[in-house]
Amino acid sequence: MKLHVNGSVHEVHAPDDMPLLWVLRDRLNLTGVKFGCGMAQCGACTVHLDGRAVRSCVTPVSAVGGRKITTIEGLSADGSHPVQQAWTEIDVVQCGYCQSGQIMSAAALLAENPSPSDADIDIALAGNICRCGTYQRIREAVHRAAALNKRVQR
Amino acid sequence: MNGLSRRDLLRSSLLSGAGLFIAFHVPGKARAAGPPPKALPDPNAFVRVGPDGAVTVLLAHSEMGQGVWTTLAMLIAEEMECDWSKIRVEHAPAAPIYAHPAFGMQMTGGSTSTWSEFDRYRTVGAMARDMLVRAAAAKWRTDPKKLTAANGVVTDGRRKASYGDLAQAAQALSPPKTVALKDKKDWKILGKPTRRLDTPEKITGKAQFGMDIQFPGLRTALIARAPVFGGTLKSFDASNTMTVPGVEAVVKVPSGVAVVASDYWSAKQGRDALKIEWDDGPGAGLDTNVLLANYRGQAKGTGGAVVGTKGDADAALATAKKRIEAEYDVPYLAHAPMEPLNCTVKLEGNRCEIWTGTQFQTNDQTIAAKIAGVPQEHVTIHTAFLGGGFGRRANPRSDFVAEAVQVAKATGVPVKVVWTREDDIRGGYYRPMFLHRIEAGLGEDGKLVAWRHQIVGQSILADTPFEKFMVKDGVDATSVEGVNDSPYLASVDARRIALHSPKNQVPVLWWRSVGNTHTAFAMESMIDELAWAAEKDPVEYRAALLTASPRHLRALQLAAEKAGWGSKPPEGRARGVAVHESFGSIIAEVAEVSVDADKSIRVHKVTCAVDCGTAVNPLGIEAQVQGAIAYGLSAVLHSELTLKDGRVEQSNFHDYRVLRLPDMPQVEVHVIESGAKMGGIGEPATAPVSAAVANAVYALTRQRLRSLPLRLV
Repeated sequence: MKLHVNGSVHEVHAPDDMPLLWVLRDRLNLTGVKFGCGMAQCGACTVHLDGRAVRSCVTPVSAVGGRKITTIEGLSADGSHPVQQAWTEIDVVQCGYCQSGQIMSAAALLAENPSPSDADIDIALAGNICRCGTYQRIREAVHRAAALNKRVQR
Repeated sequence: MNGLSRRDLLRSSLLSGAGLFIAFHVPGKARAAGPPPKALPDPNAFVRVGPDGAVTVLLAHSEMGQGVWTTLAMLIAEEMECDWSKIRVEHAPAAPIYAHPAFGMQMTGGSTSTWSEFDRYRTVGAMARDMLVRAAAAKWRTDPKKLTAANGVVTDGRRKASYGDLAQAAQALSPPKTVALKDKKDWKILGKPTRRLDTPEKITGKAQFGMDIQFPGLRTALIARAPVFGGTLKSFDASNTMTVPGVEAVVKVPSGVAVVASDYWSAKQGRDALKIEWDDGPGAGLDTNVLLANYRGQAKGTGGAVVGTKGDADAALATAKKRIEAEYDVPYLAHAPMEPLNCTVKLEGNRCEIWTGTQFQTNDQTIAAKIAGVPQEHVTIHTAFLGGGFGRRANPRSDFVAEAVQVAKATGVPVKVVWTREDDIRGGYYRPMFLHRIEAGLGEDGKLVAWRHQIVGQSILADTPFEKFMVKDGVDATSVEGVNDSPYLASVDARRIALHSPKNQVPVLWWRSVGNTHTAFAMESMIDELAWAAEKDPVEYRAALLTASPRHLRALQLAAEKAGWGSKPPEGRARGVAVHESFGSIIAEVAEVSVDADKSIRVHKVTCAVDCGTAVNPLGIEAQVQGAIAYGLSAVLHSELTLKDGRVEQSNFHDYRVLRLPDMPQVEVHVIESGAKMGGIGEPATAPVSAAVANAVYALTRQRLRSLPLRLV
């Protein structure tokens, strides 16, 4: 089957029920997308399908079709996406394992809602667990990314 | 030989793809002799300067989120006068020279990295600067004393040479025999809030965790382990498994049955298709409710190993004006780091190569060598970033490394053993379940006059190589830390503390802040109960007991002041306080809570005062305190691991619940620069939050919750 990943098309051979997560990691070597729970409980595997955040660990590869997949590797060429910039400024990361998923969830939120409230952020990122407990800085960084976005648009 | 040979260094830098680095050279003779006691460290092993001026710091400790990637680099950069933008960091390989300065083995844990490396890493930086300055002096035929170094450049005021230009000449010089370290007032980097150096790779998906190791020919294995702790394999049938595409082998290993496949999904499908019969063994009857009842029974007795005793606690209790007794209990807990455990092993000839995120390199090396049948120095460990550690990746039994070596040995192919989340939650090595029974006596004016305390819980160190160092007269130091050294008890003239360390099949381990996770809950809850019983303000009551502990007192009073203690909290909220010392640091926390209509507890704010002596990176300290409180709050509000019929009842994040973003309070951190001996910061904020929240819940509801996780009825 053909997959549209980060702007290019890949021919992939995989069983229909193989989760997109493992196709990305084990077939395409895109290891920025992380395995954390395997049952859509932790958000570490979050990628975008046509811009919307999905849990790739429970998305069978056969269900993706022609939709465009974006992983953390494709979010920006150089870490310059406003969410990544904000993450840097606010010094969010600790161990970093969940952060690909956090960033992808945050980016999808901001694409839909450019000025999220704390409550909006809480809802959008409730599915992304961080055991290091970077939540407070994540909240702050999402607000910061929203502000950076607006500056870019002006 | 101590440390690495120059060839190894060059090889590792070439392998890392970072280009050719010039390593500082230490004369062969000095290396062969090894450093005499108290000799300066070998700078060669800790820092390299490239011709482009890049300075690479080699970390003797593992980066697991706590920020040593940045903090230890700051120590070198400060003394070396580096251009901070040119600092690079790598994990050091496993080698004797990287042994923990205090513990003698290469490891990361106990909130010790920064204080234990404070002198060694600064000294290395100062030595490297000295050699670079001398190289410039030789080049310009001048006195090194006339030169200054700053921002990666040596100058005599007229001429300039970059560290990159000087690296090759500097490596030919012998290292200095003594160096002077800077006075604190001259620090340019230390003490300043400094952003992390590992952010760029961690926000782009480029950071390599153990899970991300890939190379041609590498297989993935999953292991089916006994569902009951201590259970053994009776028989298995792999015929269905072998029909799963991608599955290549099914082998018996000491911990169970390994399914080896081309990739994770095939291995998982293959493992699901296994038919296995287990012999459950004596653990089949384990039930945490029964266990807790047994603990309660034991705590009511008078036996146990004596932890501390003074005066006649029984008599003082009998004559006390008021007697208060309480039992506090905490459940088993899994660490549940975000990155499930994994370990990659390649055996070739008489060499064993390991890629993993570990906190325990030397231990892993020893155990891997034994299994692989190779000399310890032939076990190479490539430490990847750890997707969280929290103690789980520092196992005296090196479980996840050992079994990966077993699988590689049994199959003869390079293999990455991956744990699923279910394997992790059900895999043991938990924070042990503990019960504290405390009887306290109050005299005139609510003064604490008697304390009788029974602690019951499994020893973490029993039956490990560490037992002989850390278990004395039947007392595992990690079971009682925070009680026997409590400043409150120092003032009580009649006291007795005893410990029971029952054994069972459940493997236990240190979990962020270790014994303090239960002792701080028990001690700070009980002191709060006594304050209420004495009809005193909880802060004032503590302050009166802490007059001989000025650091505790200051932290307590600062947290109280910043939290607005004494002022009316917002409608529907109340505050609770706790102050606790652990890992050489003192942390006071004030929690502000409310209770929702469904009786769930909401923590809005935690105000902390932190005294870790000297703050090396205040931005990192704030992050560690916020994170430790979040980790602690998981255990306060949600997490609980239970066993029934010998089986763990939870399996993944849907039933082993942890803190999520909507539960995260605003954490405000106030650092006290006391100048006291430096303490740790990765763990200490974890423990007191349990009591701070429970005490706040009591202030709000008058319900005293004595079991974690806290649940209102």
